[in-house]
Amino acid sequence: MAVLEIEGDTALVSPVPSRRRRTNGLFVAALVWIALIGLAAILADVLPIMSPTDMDMLGKREPPSAEHLLGTDQLGRDMLSRLIYGARISLTVGLLAPVIGLVVGGALGMIAGYLGGRFEALTVGAVDVLLAFPPLVFALAVTAYLGQSVFNLTLVIGVLGIPAFTRVARATTLSLTQREFVVAACTLGATHTRILLRELLPNVMLPLLAFFLLAVAVTIVVEGALSFLGLGVPPPAPSWGSMIGEGRESLDIAPWLAFLPAGFMFVTVLAFNIVGDTLRALTDPRPGAL
Amino acid sequence: MMPDSAAMPVAPLLSVERLTVEYPVAGRILSAVSDVSLSVGRGETLGLVGESGCGKSTLGRAVLQLRRPTAGKVMFDGTELTALGGEALRLMRRRLQLIFQDPIASLNPRRPIGDIVAEPLIIIGITDRAERERRVRDVLTAVGLDPDLVWRRLPHEFSGGQCQRVCIARALILEPELVICDEPVSALDVSIRAQILNLLEEMKRRYGLTLLFIAHDLAVVKAVSDRIAVMYLGRLCEIGPTEQVFGSPAHPYTALLLEAIPLPDPTIVPATNVAVGEPPSPLDPPSGCRFRTRCPRADALCAEKIPILRPTADGQLVACHHPLTEG
Amino acid sequence: MTSPLLSLEAVSVELPTPRGMLRAVDKVDLNLMPGRTLGIVGESGCGKTMLSRAILQLLPKRAQLSGRVTFDGRDLATLSAEVLRRLRGPELAVVFQDPMTSLNPVLTIGTQLVETLQAHLGMGGATAIRRSVELLAAVGIPAPEQRLRQYPHQLSGGMRQRVAIAIALSCEPKLLVADEPTTALDVTVQAQILDLLAREQKRRHMSMILITHDLGVVAGRTDEVAVMYAGRVVERAPTSRLFGHMRMPYTEALLAAIPKLESPPHTPLPAIAGRPPDPTRPLPGCSFAPRCRYADEQCRQAKPPLVDPDRCGGLYACWHPLAPQAAAMGI
Repeated sequence: MAVLEIEGDTALVSPVPSRRRRTNGLFVAALVWIALIGLAAILADVLPIMSPTDMDMLGKREPPSAEHLLGTDQLGRDMLSRLIYGARISLTVGLLAPVIGLVVGGALGMIAGYLGGRFEALTVGAVDVLLAFPPLVFALAVTAYLGQSVFNLTLVIGVLGIPAFTRVARATTLSLTQREFVVAACTLGATHTRILLRELLPNVMLPLLAFFLLAVAVTIVVEGALSFLGLGVPPPAPSWGSMIGEGRESLDIAPWLAFLPAGFMFVTVLAFNIVGDTLRALTDPRPGAL
Repeated sequence: MMPDSAAMPVAPLLSVERLTVEYPVAGRILSAVSDVSLSVGRGETLGLVGESGCGKSTLGRAVLQLRRPTAGKVMFDGTELTALGGEALRLMRRRLQLIFQDPIASLNPRRPIGDIVAEPLIIIGITDRAERERRVRDVLTAVGLDPDLVWRRLPHEFSGGQCQRVCIARALILEPELVICDEPVSALDVSIRAQILNLLEEMKRRYGLTLLFIAHDLAVVKAVSDRIAVMYLGRLCEIGPTEQVFGSPAHPYTALLLEAIPLPDPTIVPATNVAVGEPPSPLDPPSGCRFRTRCPRADALCAEKIPILRPTADGQLVACHHPLTEG
Repeated sequence: MTSPLLSLEAVSVELPTPRGMLRAVDKVDLNLMPGRTLGIVGESGCGKTMLSRAILQLLPKRAQLSGRVTFDGRDLATLSAEVLRRLRGPELAVVFQDPMTSLNPVLTIGTQLVETLQAHLGMGGATAIRRSVELLAAVGIPAPEQRLRQYPHQLSGGMRQRVAIAIALSCEPKLLVADEPTTALDVTVQAQILDLLAREQKRRHMSMILITHDLGVVAGRTDEVAVMYAGRVVERAPTSRLFGHMRMPYTEALLAAIPKLESPPHTPLPAIAGRPPDPTRPLPGCSFAPRCRYADEQCRQAKPPLVDPDRCGGLYACWHPLAPQAAAMGI
């Protein structure tokens, strides 16, 4: 008669410290900022702020006042509302473009890592080619051909981001395919699709998501750079990047015209970086064994 | 030709014929399994024993077609597994299961136990959730785990022994006919090993299983096996009933293994200078009998001719030109 | 009467973990005479590895050591890092379980051996190389001159462990701590390595501590055995006495749970129920009580001390030890 080990004792219920949140203030502050700026961007139309395109020719480059909480820019437009509407552009492109990379690149990387062989070689090769493309030239070409718009911008940046996601997904998948639980799924008779979706995806997801947040940060900067160069969203739509570009001329008399959008961009990118980093640190499923 | 059909009045459940597994490594050929033939009868446990590099794990996986053999056949209940592919093989899998050495790594770290054990049922298409739950509960209780306590937990919350019970539950829920156990207790503590071995024996009785038990620990293998096969560097050395192989080993390597085991009895002085040298590399195995470089009985014949399995007077099968049972 | 080479007095090791303070080693007393071999046996989590680290003064930074570790008359905790460093090698040496991690993978075998000899014994280059070849030959490595130029990954596991032993023995230490030296090796190689250690130990009149989970390994090759459970030594006796007349139910259960070569197949194994205890949740009484079939209320309330009431050299920590005559079992 076997010794049955009906685990009724409390020794089984080893309290798993559920994902020790780095409750350092930095993480919380980052989350708060993202929430604030996100909400502001979504609700921009209903917020009691001025229109971002109304020009007040008499009040150009005004310092902060009761009427214009953050002053006005070189064409008399309200800075605060321009910053908020700019957030809309930055966050839209910043969040949507990496999604393209995540979905397309993640899927490609996972399948390549799992199947191996010629498909993997092909994928890696194609991705390398894409990586070799000078991104700015590519962006120039696309916008010149298709025209400047938020949609095209998102598309360009999204496609440029695919190789990075493919690499992360493939590397994680490669480390998993030889693990016993994947072999076990195979011995149970699972189809390839099932193994990819039920065994590999849950394990690849977290590292990909952590990387996604970092990609958001990078995308915001890239969009800013493109807009700064005039390749991004066309005026008069405000974008942090174009605002920085426009503020360049007034650096000596009204430095805040450039520094305010730069500051907003800096803090937002930093916030996404912090959240992404924290998520990556929490990515390990197990608390360290003793 | 079934080499040990002498012991097999009925058609065996599993029959491995001249199985060879080789794969290229840095331009050379690694001969992991070489021309192995054995069979396992329904309801019996065949122990497969050997040291690292002998190919026993590779053999186990080759039987399941997880690694396609380079040559040879695997017959399971009349069907040739080596000839199956794709969907047919996938459907066949539910009848042959595998239990791994590292129980924690065999479980998806992000899926709860209940999901993991229910997975095989979903794969074969049981859509009724209540039915699935009932069967998962049954098998979890059978392996000694309380379903309510373990259902929603993740693998890392359990010890090695408990994880192995989950793996056994997962392997048995489809009620397979053959279970290959690949070093199922090597990674576990001594006190837990006994529990799991007892559990495997009980499950075998309860589900009417046939087992291929692969391990390097001779005492562990002896405890559960009806017959034993000894492998060295990809080839079978000896195969026969357990008591006989242990009591009067025919192959010098088996004798060497038995002498090298450290016994928990201080009155027995460990034999010194028992083993000579180390196993050669499977990339460059010795010609003829692969054990000859370490065998005290080796001679020129051993270097020229590969010994084939032939019966001894006692009914074992041994692959040796100068077996111990013949002076 | 000579004084012990190594002496542990009430040695405890505590580690901070997210779940609370973990007592890995709990007030361990041990003595080791020169030239003798002590076997420390226990399952995973019993604290034997932490104990070996405490002896070697190689504990992780966050660990807290209390009690005294005296080596050759000197309290190791009072020594400076520099003195300790000079101690390790010529006096105190260690062989770990995994030779792949204890050998530097990017340095050749020769470099690692020669460096040790030069650093600790101040040997010149040529002398050191000659001595290295001698050492490799002594541990049974064929073609030692060629091996000097090879890297660890080019050798098999057994070979690597021999090299690790050669390095450990190179400076003629007084005490060798072998932490699971053969666990990762095949049984035939294991026998060779254990033979090698025993031979060298006798030849050099060296003391040795052999740490393992395998009772078979200590049975033939140690003078004294200490059994650890949940951070404490629960039984300690000369080897033949431990196996012949064990007093602690855990030792009895451990021995009984090992499949015996003499038993016929399908003999049910007397398994120990339950699991090893959680070190972060120490129990008030005896740690083995939840799994012990002789346990009673006293066992659950109070921790039994390690005593030797019969004065026969065998200590045990149990309120209800096995009767001496009846305990000759498991063999």
